[in-house]
Amino acid sequence: MNSDRIVGALALKRSRWGWGETAFWLVAAASILLFSDRYLILTEMAWLGLFALSLDLILGYAGIVSLGHAAFFGVGAYAAGLLAVHGIVREPALALVAAGLAAMALGFVTSFLVIRGAELSQLMVTLGIALLLRELANRFSDITGGFDGLQGIVIDPVLGLFAFDLYGRTGFIYCLVVLFVLFLVARMIVHSPFGLSLRAIRNNPLRAAAIGIPVNRRLVAIYAISAFYAGVAGALFTQTTALASLDVFSFERSADLLLVLVIGGAGYLYGGLVGAVIFRLLQDVFSSWTPQFWQFWIGLVLVLIVLVGRERMYRGILWLPRQLGARLGKAKPAPSPGGGGA
Amino acid sequence: MTTLFTILFDGVAYGMLLFVLACGLAVTLGLMNFVNLAHGAFAMAGGYVCAVLVNRSGVPFFAALPAAFLASAAIGLVAERLLYRHLYRRSPLDQVLFTIGLVFMAVTVADYLMGSSQTFIHIPDSLQGQINVFGVGVGRYRLMIIVICGLLTLALQLILMKTRFGSRLRAAVDDPRAAGGLGINVPYVFALTFAFGSGLAGLGGALGAEILGLDPYFPLKFMIYFLIVVTVGGASTITGPFLAALLLGIADVAGKYYVPKLGAFVIYTVMIVILIWKPHGLFGRTAAR
Amino acid sequence: MSVALETRGLEKQFGGLEVTRDLSLRIATGARHALIGPNGAGKTTVINLLTGVLRPDAGTILLEGAEITSLPVHARVLRGLSRTFQINQLYADLTPLETVGLAVSERLGHGGDWWRRLGARADVNREIAEVLTRFHLLDVMNDATATLPYGKQRLLEIALAIAARPRVLLLDEPAAGVPESERHDILAAVAGLPRDVTVLLIEHDMDLVFSFADRLSVLVNGALLVEGTPDEVARDPRVRAVYLGEGLDA
Repeated sequence: MNSDRIVGALALKRSRWGWGETAFWLVAAASILLFSDRYLILTEMAWLGLFALSLDLILGYAGIVSLGHAAFFGVGAYAAGLLAVHGIVREPALALVAAGLAAMALGFVTSFLVIRGAELSQLMVTLGIALLLRELANRFSDITGGFDGLQGIVIDPVLGLFAFDLYGRTGFIYCLVVLFVLFLVARMIVHSPFGLSLRAIRNNPLRAAAIGIPVNRRLVAIYAISAFYAGVAGALFTQTTALASLDVFSFERSADLLLVLVIGGAGYLYGGLVGAVIFRLLQDVFSSWTPQFWQFWIGLVLVLIVLVGRERMYRGILWLPRQLGARLGKAKPAPSPGGGGA
Repeated sequence: MTTLFTILFDGVAYGMLLFVLACGLAVTLGLMNFVNLAHGAFAMAGGYVCAVLVNRSGVPFFAALPAAFLASAAIGLVAERLLYRHLYRRSPLDQVLFTIGLVFMAVTVADYLMGSSQTFIHIPDSLQGQINVFGVGVGRYRLMIIVICGLLTLALQLILMKTRFGSRLRAAVDDPRAAGGLGINVPYVFALTFAFGSGLAGLGGALGAEILGLDPYFPLKFMIYFLIVVTVGGASTITGPFLAALLLGIADVAGKYYVPKLGAFVIYTVMIVILIWKPHGLFGRTAAR
Repeated sequence: MSVALETRGLEKQFGGLEVTRDLSLRIATGARHALIGPNGAGKTTVINLLTGVLRPDAGTILLEGAEITSLPVHARVLRGLSRTFQINQLYADLTPLETVGLAVSERLGHGGDWWRRLGARADVNREIAEVLTRFHLLDVMNDATATLPYGKQRLLEIALAIAARPRVLLLDEPAAGVPESERHDILAAVAGLPRDVTVLLIEHDMDLVFSFADRLSVLVNGALLVEGTPDEVARDPRVRAVYLGEGLDA
């Protein structure tokens, strides 16, 4: 029968790469050459983008809200720092995976506390866990260096080949490659039956269970995966800045992260990346206006976004591209259903 | 024995202060189902108003306290009418984002106006030092806090139980939709309660500057404490948050004295455990929803 | 007679209010059984108890002889107990293909696959195509569910329950709200359900009940009032009293 091949082709078509996506990554790669004097800010955008991608996986796809995602970022950051300082894992890429796994373990354990509650108690519990970890890091200052942070972090060359340079070129390329690889994995996840089941759970958990989806198990899994991503982001932060101090756990970091994702929009993977670029640029502009008080403007942006309404904001911004897309879409010949298979 | 008494005394003072600071938040959460992370900003505003009046204009401390209440209540009223009321029906995430934005703005504004260092309020001499109670020295200032906050709590309870406004308020907390049907002017009740809660926070901020400290980061530093009071106490009554605040105050003071190494660790853990165990708070009713 | 689904002494209270009282049902394998009762009789609670949304205060539930009383919702589905929903609870922004794809993936044990895209497995695709074809949804399979005509949405509802290959199927008012013109498709779909699937129909519409069911249970105030063949039930004076004015004349 032919219809099952059409079914397969149509299902796969949904996850095909679009022009916009290819262009996005080409521009990202080109930035290595184009903005060679801005590597530091680009690096920040890369790990912040990864961090926001991590939040998007739980918030945008599974509907879990978090006011304490910095917990996993912080664990990743300290793990990477400690691995380097004590020479346990010298190679950065390997240490990155180890740091991600450490955060993932925490994510797995805490997921059981987080996924049970309604939105409000999720916010409180995640906030509480992040504060708890910060307090722990503070108390065990003989391990973490307390308020001063870890001292003497030296990062070896990536894969033993590429040493981190003063201009941050290696650091940026390293972050970008990690971001791209993990983005590809995330993309695969959200288009898989697993990812689809998360969307079903977000929209109506009871209905999802009635289809046969093990709701809690899926939520635990995505929470742990998200924690892994956040941990890697934290590790990238530590590896590229040689810093790990208490503020990796700070409330402001979790709050800023929400803003990043809100700016870019949740639930389509690119929101976190676009949001990270815009947020970092905004932060730059704001601190050039009022060096000490840039946070005022960040706060104002948050307030305005909520007052205008997130939905309305995206509709406003996407109006023009959608119109263009609709016009172009009509002009193109309809793709044949059999084309996307194999 | 003496230390135990001192710890208990300081803990009760601290707890009562926390209650006055946080009970406005409990009401906003219970009544409007609104997560106001910016609640501490109103407390901070009260603290600074009091500091400016006392330190710069030489207003007597006890006259500055009501002024702090009124100033914060006024700010609360304006904020409720202009901003908050548009957000009652939004998702908790939107409310949280919005109020975090307000906190960030409040922190920087306070920093801009008052500087980033600690502000101290000149306390009248009559409130300094200790007095002897049954052979134990107790701080006069903390004694005053217990007296003022105790009276306030009693007054609150009386207002809630005995007045028409109180019964309307309780009806509105029980079921905001039904309250509208009973001819209760819900927006009016909301606005008034919000302003009153903000005013209490402002008063708490003014009273607490001596104990808790007062700097631009106040709203962030104490946010979690207010949330603990509300989440542990439950948002459906005021006795719940009151007991929770006392427990928290005593536990915090005792913890810092006996196990300084653990710090706030214990308190956060307890909060998380209670949130998991009893999502409606330790003293809250188990809502039949 | 082998029993597909059985309850023994099921009890459920909400805040002191008894909504299910000592309910014992036996539904024979392959039966076309209908559960009827006036509004507020507790039919919805029974569905929620059977599917695992609610836990009973007392009593047991057995699926093909095995106790499932404390199994979670999704585990009962995988054991072969599936249901449809009365009011529209479909995923508005997913397509019929994706919606059915979810159910088929779970049934075949590939629902947790995160490393391959939906559409990459031939066995899953084949079954999706089968279900969509059977329920006349192939032509709209790539449209957002929200844009489908209501009748098609009801068909998708049934298709989704069937995609889990249930051995016992609970149909919760399958034709509720469907316009007359599209009603035929639904009735045909219900009538065309495989004979080896045991069906428990929860329904208001007496025409549908009497044309479909070979056995009826009447629920009143949470308790079983009468059970029997359609003729027996229709003749029973107690049932007539309950349904007085509701036109029970089949």
